[in-house]
Amino acid sequence: MNYQWQWGVLLREPYLGWLLDGVKWTVAISVVAFAIAMTLGIAVGVARTLRNRQVLRVAAVYVSLFRSVPLLVQLFLWYFVVPEILPEPFGYWLKRDLSNPEYWTTAVGLGLFMSARIAEQIRAAINACGAGLGNAARAQGMGTVQIYRHILLPVGFRYALPTLTSELLNTVKNSSLALTIGMLELTGQSRQVEAYTFKGIETFTASTTIYILMSLAVIFASRHLERMMAIPGMLSTRDKD
Amino acid sequence: MDFDIVVIVRNFSLLAEGMLTTLRLTALALLFGLAWGTVLTLARLAPGRLLPALASLYVNGIRAVPLIMVIFWIYFLLPVLSGTQIGPFYSALVAFVLFEGAYFSEIIRAGIKSISQGQLRAALSTGMSYLQGMRYIILPQAFRKMAPVLLTQSIALFQDTSLVYVVGLMDFMTASAMVASRDGRLVELYSFAALVYLVISLAATLAVRHMEKKFKAGAQ
Repeated sequence: MNYQWQWGVLLREPYLGWLLDGVKWTVAISVVAFAIAMTLGIAVGVARTLRNRQVLRVAAVYVSLFRSVPLLVQLFLWYFVVPEILPEPFGYWLKRDLSNPEYWTTAVGLGLFMSARIAEQIRAAINACGAGLGNAARAQGMGTVQIYRHILLPVGFRYALPTLTSELLNTVKNSSLALTIGMLELTGQSRQVEAYTFKGIETFTASTTIYILMSLAVIFASRHLERMMAIPGMLSTRDKD
Repeated sequence: MDFDIVVIVRNFSLLAEGMLTTLRLTALALLFGLAWGTVLTLARLAPGRLLPALASLYVNGIRAVPLIMVIFWIYFLLPVLSGTQIGPFYSALVAFVLFEGAYFSEIIRAGIKSISQGQLRAALSTGMSYLQGMRYIILPQAFRKMAPVLLTQSIALFQDTSLVYVVGLMDFMTASAMVASRDGRLVELYSFAALVYLVISLAATLAVRHMEKKFKAGAQ
């Protein structure tokens, strides 16, 4: 193998700056997308555990729509199709007045895509609480809102923590699709550095390492959160592996 | 605005060819990904220290990296490292097998763990080797248990193959995008692409659910 290793290229400007800029955008997309995903995901997940048939059906359709179309296609729909089919003023706003449309399209599109997955995790977690917990709360005289607010969501959230962590990691990883609509996040910037320097192996090793470090940071933080929030004697935390 | 359905009819053969590539890639990635996933799982559960450590390093490493990254690695960097060109289809296939293998291995591991460990010990005590015990006793039961999860993951794999767009392999997604920008019909083509993926994935999901129900009824 004749390859001229040149790790120094990564520390040279502007390439180092490009990679760091990529990290910044990856984080910026992930944070907004995950916030949207959690908000909508909790709402839809709760809806999927209610007893109202209409609500159940709407929530089920929401989840299967967002889960049955590839994320890449969804991003293209939000970016290329939606501005065209919306009524004139809205489409115009999306195309002309919205600053940084690639960023907002990815953040919102990814958020919606992930919300369907989070909804499934929330539903599973609420179901994992068992019928007894909700019934006991009802017997105490709590209303439906109170039951969710004080019992099912706090307990379910603790059950869901490990899977929500991996959904956060998926959000970070999926933010790389932003490069398809011209957003230079970490993967996009590595492609660009590679194109300018022809030092692909070094660049991709660096960005792969950054992704792994980000994952480790998230996993570490979530383990800590799990320990902090554990209810003594109520839930067995993580299974021993 | 005018929705021009004719553009889809006119380019039908191109799109259909793209879909064939998508399906071929999905099927091969599924087959080899399952095989690779099984090998990884056996390595993770093998006796000793080195093999399990290496296998879980691999699985956790792959799972921390975006799929696009893996596709780029194989597409741009495998030729540099190995000095051979394997073309976009096979480089995409290698990327998917390496990537999905890690995810399949997690599913298979969970499936194997759901089978009581006593069975493996019983197999070993009747004189079977570790591999024989896995092959004849544990894996047949485990695969039956995890079939629904594996199928769901396969539907995800089918959707993920659209990412070969980033290296220009002419799958269904790339074909749609090409026609879209060539004929200036983005709205029609991307809506059509979304609809096709939606119909196929939904049909597959319903089929899996039906199978699961039948299977559960049969097991009782």
